[in-house]
Amino acid sequence: MSSLTLVQAINRGLAEAMRTDPDVVVLGEDVGTNGGVFRATEGLFKEFGAERVVDTPLSETGIIGSAIGLALYGLKPVAEIQFLDFIYPAFDQIVSEMAKMRYRSGGQFPCHVVVRTPYGGGIRGGIYHSQSTEAYFCHTAGLKVVVPSTPADAKGLLLTAIHDEDPVVFLEPKRIYRSVTGEVPDGDHRVPFGVARTVREGTDVSLFAYGAMVPAAEEAAAVLEKEGVSAELLDLRTLSPLDESAVIASVEKTGRAVIVHEAARFCGFGAELAALLAEKALYSLKAPVARVTGFDTPFPYALEQLYLPNTEKIVAAARAAVRAA
Amino acid sequence: MAESSVTPARAPPESVELPVPQVENALRTMVLARVLDERAIALQRQGRIGFYAPHSGQEAALVGSALALRPPDWVFPAYRELSVALVRGVPLQAIVDQLWGNVNDLSKGRQMPNHFAFRQVHFVSASSPIGTQITQAVGAAMGMQRRKESAVTIAYFGDGATSSNDFHAGLNFAGVFRTPTVFFCQNNQWAISLPRARQTQSTTLAEKAEAYGFAGVVVDGNDLRAVYSAVSDARRKAVEGGGPTLIEAQVYRLGPHSTSDDPHRYRSDREVEEARRGDPVHRVEEELRSCGALDQAGIDRIWEEARSRVAQAVTAAESAGSPPSASLFEDVFATLTPRLREESEAAGTLPPEEGRSR
Amino acid sequence: MSESSGLVPLPYSPSEVEALLGEGGARTLLSAYRWMVLARTLDARMQALQRQGRVGFYGAATGQEAVNVAAGLLSAPEDWVFPGLREQLVALVRGHPLPTYVHHLFGDALDPALGRNMPCHPSARDVHYVSMSSVIGTQISQAVGVAQAMRLRRAAGVVLAFFGDGATSSNDFHAGLNFAGVLKVPVLFCCTNNQWAISVPVEHQSAVRQLSDKARAYGLLGHRVDGTDFVASYAALSGALGRLRDGAPPELLEFLLYRMTPHSSSDDPGRYQPPDWAERARRHDPVARLELWMSENGLLAAGVREELVSAAEASVRAAIEAAEATALPAESTLTEDIYAPRGPKLMGSGRGTETG
Ligand SMILES: Cc1ncc(C[n+]2csc(CCOP(=O)(O)OP(=O)(O)O)c2C)c(N)n1
Ligand SMILES: Cc1ncc(C[n+]2csc(CCOP(=O)(O)OP(=O)(O)O)c2C)c(N)n1
Ligand SMILES: [Mg+2]
Repeated sequence: MSSLTLVQAINRGLAEAMRTDPDVVVLGEDVGTNGGVFRATEGLFKEFGAERVVDTPLSETGIIGSAIGLALYGLKPVAEIQFLDFIYPAFDQIVSEMAKMRYRSGGQFPCHVVVRTPYGGGIRGGIYHSQSTEAYFCHTAGLKVVVPSTPADAKGLLLTAIHDEDPVVFLEPKRIYRSVTGEVPDGDHRVPFGVARTVREGTDVSLFAYGAMVPAAEEAAAVLEKEGVSAELLDLRTLSPLDESAVIASVEKTGRAVIVHEAARFCGFGAELAALLAEKALYSLKAPVARVTGFDTPFPYALEQLYLPNTEKIVAAARAAVRAA
Repeated sequence: MAESSVTPARAPPESVELPVPQVENALRTMVLARVLDERAIALQRQGRIGFYAPHSGQEAALVGSALALRPPDWVFPAYRELSVALVRGVPLQAIVDQLWGNVNDLSKGRQMPNHFAFRQVHFVSASSPIGTQITQAVGAAMGMQRRKESAVTIAYFGDGATSSNDFHAGLNFAGVFRTPTVFFCQNNQWAISLPRARQTQSTTLAEKAEAYGFAGVVVDGNDLRAVYSAVSDARRKAVEGGGPTLIEAQVYRLGPHSTSDDPHRYRSDREVEEARRGDPVHRVEEELRSCGALDQAGIDRIWEEARSRVAQAVTAAESAGSPPSASLFEDVFATLTPRLREESEAAGTLPPEEGRSR
Repeated sequence: MSESSGLVPLPYSPSEVEALLGEGGARTLLSAYRWMVLARTLDARMQALQRQGRVGFYGAATGQEAVNVAAGLLSAPEDWVFPGLREQLVALVRGHPLPTYVHHLFGDALDPALGRNMPCHPSARDVHYVSMSSVIGTQISQAVGVAQAMRLRRAAGVVLAFFGDGATSSNDFHAGLNFAGVLKVPVLFCCTNNQWAISVPVEHQSAVRQLSDKARAYGLLGHRVDGTDFVASYAALSGALGRLRDGAPPELLEFLLYRMTPHSSSDDPGRYQPPDWAERARRHDPVARLELWMSENGLLAAGVREELVSAAEASVRAAIEAAEATALPAESTLTEDIYAPRGPKLMGSGRGTETG
């Protein structure tokens, strides 16, 4: 066990994978001598050299396209996109190629690329360094979409991603890269996909969150507890595949659901959760499903705090749900 | 793999000069491909297959380039490269099965005709978005560098694809990392209705390589031998660590862009007739005739043989059934997710087995 | 402004400068120098404020002033400018008010874009300086579109598209230059090659001999220019703009520069730049080079520099004070401008958390 920040845990995960498996290569902009703009690849260049820690020209199309080629050939590329906001030049490669390669070839060409990218707001990054567009990827068959919220999960999910057989979009909540610290198992620690983490158990209302919204929801649960409301909090961890049974089981217990994400509400991931509850847990619901999300506006700069969900907003939504019935 | 299994191609000879027996073999493949082209267009008109993208006029470029490759090389095709697959040893039946998307199609009927994937001969799954294979070919070549393999990747693409994002990114990465990649651009003068002159203002497509710090060469794509030696040279340079080459094979698309296209709307019959005079298949026939390797009867036999092989393959493909319904849910991921299993059950196509989908 | 030892001098005689800059060359130099002093002052001041946490971010353009000032002075009011990351000075020289720009840097209520962007991403419609994203390269193909529109409307004017060396790897560089070559529209591609894309040196960005050679791949002409030499930059821009206005095909100008600061306020170049980089950059300081030439040729009377510096400091200080005294944009602006004013209503009841 070591006490690490989230970004350090990712760094350890990468190093662990590279040490144990010579097929793992890291590529991206500024990942080499600079150690990544967030320092996630710090020290890797020194340890593994330019052949395995590849500073690429400034082209996301090239990064993901060549990562796909590396994967087809049998290597295990871990591509870094500097910010999720800059992934769109590679969107074609991700949704048309990486996600569909196995399927369209009848299983002949698996394509296990890991795309790591920091996402989310709260760092005064303005429109293009803050967005949360996980729904685009969740909507695409063939992609797995993962969002850790703790250092241990960051390392464990990353190692699972690197050794998975399918392409993974690994979204890193950059806002809590350094603000959360936790005990992280040493060595080849793996956390399975498709299993939500129960952060705390409760009986009155279920909070569903992921990424940087988990600490906010945790605070909200603590506030609610003082008011006599027992909130259960699930950290979804993998959005695709989703741990549907955990979501349903929780609402069957509490009868109330508050879904939290930074992304805009319309067609956001919360819509899928709400639909799931409508389809499979409707009769357990005592109150309408609530969503605490970003607004349906572009991500702002000056008014960032107004935009972002926070503890107060989550508490208010949970209160309203409890009051409803 | 399904029953139509695939064997790797034999290695070509060391010399960059193609010996006569090889040329005769090449002709067989070119004729087979030409016959298939013509048959497939007819089949599409009759509604027996859904779509077809012909490659008539490009046979020398395709076969000549493929002959210069070795078994460990990887091919990243677009959608006109079935003759490359033939040269690498893919049975005709496997190709025709793909046109039908039947139960024997190695890709399980998942794609439109012409979007082949033949893992065993390193013929990577083709997709429709133009250009995407180019960066992938560079990535696989980086993998070869990493594994210290003596092999190259070859990316096939058209003149239109030189405008794509992946052309720019792919050639740039290849230049920076000096990857063992052959970029094989078949300039067939048209990107659907857009003539080459309006695709880009550069004098040749080959010279675009200079923007990425490596050499580009122009080759007469109707000349089987010239293509063979250009690709052989590029391949040798690449495995020796000399980096990538862009080859522009100048050809002419004799047919429509695809069965959905009516080229009369944008080009004249006269232009096509003129181009027909350079028909690469006839050129090879002429060569073999004039050197005495084949007489007209021998050539006729090659065409006859091709016709009967294609007819047979068509009959077999047509009588094979569709892929099983449950396969709709397979290969989305390595294993069936709970959600897909549920959807499969709901659709009444219970998955064939527990756990792994293949 | 910095010490002159080892500076690479501008290699011109006064008559050569007159020939290159045209009549009134001396006046042009003085005006250019005044803008450069302002830019330097603003960069230094804002970098300090960023370190104090008073602005959220700052991307300096130190070392790139010569090109920016020349472009600002030479472009006509009807021209359009698509900036890369470091061309805010072009907007100022074209007449965008300094106080307005500083309101933008603070993202306050008087920012024309209402604090919607990170600092150094101004939108200045008044001077046809187009709103930029942080996404590298996207402006290049957009610039071609505006040039195409100018052509369709038979409007006077040309488009200047700026981008860095890193951006030559972007999709839009390829599409933009290719379209421009085919369409032959009046756009001038200005690549500010400061030799770094964050930590990636230009030799690693592309294997091409020099970036201007990329023009040929699109059937265009390309030229490399010493972008730290104001006279050379001015002459090259003046020539290229003149040819474009006469209907010649688009061109690519590569300005060779030296990035004199970290990439941005979030960067630590000590991790990747060679130890002698700072010194090489300093010797190519465009402001110091111009200043040295002007002093040696009697164009900078004693005390003028000090006067210009204190004037610049005063105007920057005033602008900052005004901005810091201005409130943030009203919360209601969050949901404005997403669609045209009559577009769909957002978020139903307005702002705040909605549930259910
Ligand atoms: C990204 C993308 N845009 C548009 C299309 C539609 N399309 C299919 S083929 C084609 C022309 C391709 O021309 P070229 O690269 O010269 O290849 P050719 O068909 O001539 O072999 C176009 C525009 C596509 N498939 N992908
Ligand atoms: C599409 C995209 N990818 C990555 C980034 C992150 N990024 C911001 S600036 C930069 C380097 C830009 O280099 P260059 O084009 O040379 O401009 P310079 O900063 O040197 O002026 C990078 C990689 C981005 N903004 N956009
Ligand atoms: Mg740069």
